[in-house]
Amino acid sequence: MEISDFPVAYQTYGELNADKSNAILICHALTADQFLAEPHPLTGQEGWWDLMVGPGKTIDTGRYFVICVNILGGCMGTAGPKEINPDTGKPWGLNFPVITIADMVRCQALLVDHLGIDKLFSVIGGSIGGMQVLEWASMYPDRLFTAIPIAAAALHTAQNIAFHEVGRQAIMADPGWCGGDYLNQGKNPTKGLAVARMAAHITYLSEQALHRKFGRRLQDRDALTYGFEADFQVESYLRHQGITFVDRFDANSYLYITRAMDYFDLAAKHDGELAQAFKGTSVRFCVISFTGDWLYPTEGNRHIVHALNSVAANVSFAEVESDKGHDAFLLDEPEFHGVLKGFLDGADEHWSAAAGKT
Amino acid sequence: MVPDRKSIRVDLQLIADMIEPHSRVLDVGCGDGALLDYLVHFRHVDGRGIELSTEGVNASISAGLSVIQGDADTDLKDYPDDVFDYVVLSQTLQAMVQPKAVLSHLLRIAKRAIVSFPNFAHWRARLSLGILGRMPVSQTLPYQWYETPNIHLCTIQDFVALCRELDIVIEARKILDTRGRVRNVSTTLFSANLFGEQAVFLLRKK
Repeated sequence: MEISDFPVAYQTYGELNADKSNAILICHALTADQFLAEPHPLTGQEGWWDLMVGPGKTIDTGRYFVICVNILGGCMGTAGPKEINPDTGKPWGLNFPVITIADMVRCQALLVDHLGIDKLFSVIGGSIGGMQVLEWASMYPDRLFTAIPIAAAALHTAQNIAFHEVGRQAIMADPGWCGGDYLNQGKNPTKGLAVARMAAHITYLSEQALHRKFGRRLQDRDALTYGFEADFQVESYLRHQGITFVDRFDANSYLYITRAMDYFDLAAKHDGELAQAFKGTSVRFCVISFTGDWLYPTEGNRHIVHALNSVAANVSFAEVESDKGHDAFLLDEPEFHGVLKGFLDGADEHWSAAAGKT
Repeated sequence: MVPDRKSIRVDLQLIADMIEPHSRVLDVGCGDGALLDYLVHFRHVDGRGIELSTEGVNASISAGLSVIQGDADTDLKDYPDDVFDYVVLSQTLQAMVQPKAVLSHLLRIAKRAIVSFPNFAHWRARLSLGILGRMPVSQTLPYQWYETPNIHLCTIQDFVALCRELDIVIEARKILDTRGRVRNVSTTLFSANLFGEQAVFLLRKK
């Protein structure tokens, strides 16, 4: 199935230079969106990568033109199940085509075309954003100079799929889901979506991070109640995560995007050999993983590095020491920021030299 | 104006001088990237590195070098044949689990290999072990036996024998003192093995 003339929502930061050579595309994670370095219009919370992107920051918007696109299937303006199907005048719902990571990347490439940019200086992303980075390098190797997949994987493992399936089942088991037609029926599977978020949130944190943050501490009480209220702080925290999530996210979007991640297997598209996805590439890669990330662990990132080595690609790979879990890439991790900045600065020298600039 | 020379360790300078400008180089066990940085900026090589320690890797990448966190014992096998002009293994061979396999891989993935290592047959080491009966500890072999990462120490003679076995041609052999300065006293293999504290070999396939 094909869709055309669809909306694409994006934000930019910094100025595009005259020869359009300073553009960085940042691919956001599953439940994030294009508002990476400014307060979120719905929640008012600071941008999800405010720590990373801004004037004088690691990704310096005084120097680079940063683009962030709401992913295809998302719910912040780009075409997705929540948006209106122009043929029916009603929300797409489950009539929205099932999408892949490659579709998301094609959508971003259309926007990059629209902005008149031939070659991006870098495509950067964590988690599913990193999967998009890999897909970018594989599909459009001539359109990016560097690729930085962070805490990513070249495929979804059985365990990854399993966790997502729990989330999807929670949504679909909610009577408010109405077979995916809730927007037309004035309902919303908020309970199911909240449970999906709670389960997923656990996978973003390490055991140590949870223990440090909450331990077995009790929530606003001195003793156990021997009931099913949120006795423990960790329960209260997860409930809060779930409840606030439903205010800004669409349940069907959650189904579509998690499905796209499950279907992701870059090697499968290349006769089962990941290296073939990058054969002859001139893209400079920087793969980054975190020691405490058990969702997309170092091993999977190293697998990408081995594939890149086997085609003699220019690749850097750092495993950053952090016990904060998968979410470490969103947090203040100085070592991570140092590596990223060093890589970008080093690549910039080569990029300027290649462009014949001084 | 960038200076055309920067100061690096004498033994690294010796290795750098063996490398043709504008070639493709892999530095295995590149540490904090000092040699690689020199080669990239002053010899204009396309340089890559592998380093085991996280600190070394992060320092290297932060300096703008292309370095992966990895282990020569396991990660060399991924590289295709002949993709580099030179591969450097500086003061690392003796810490490999499988030095023979590593050496074979070096000359599979590169046209030439530059390998340096401490010589366990230096007269001081012989004196220590042969006369005093103690495992040698020196500037080139700074560890006590119970904490050394050097699990496969060898002598210059041993290394030459291994090269012969693997059909490797020795193009150049430099004998160094503790500080990495070239010693010119040793012309024969016998005296090199007795008076060299360290050795650097430039190797190629037959």
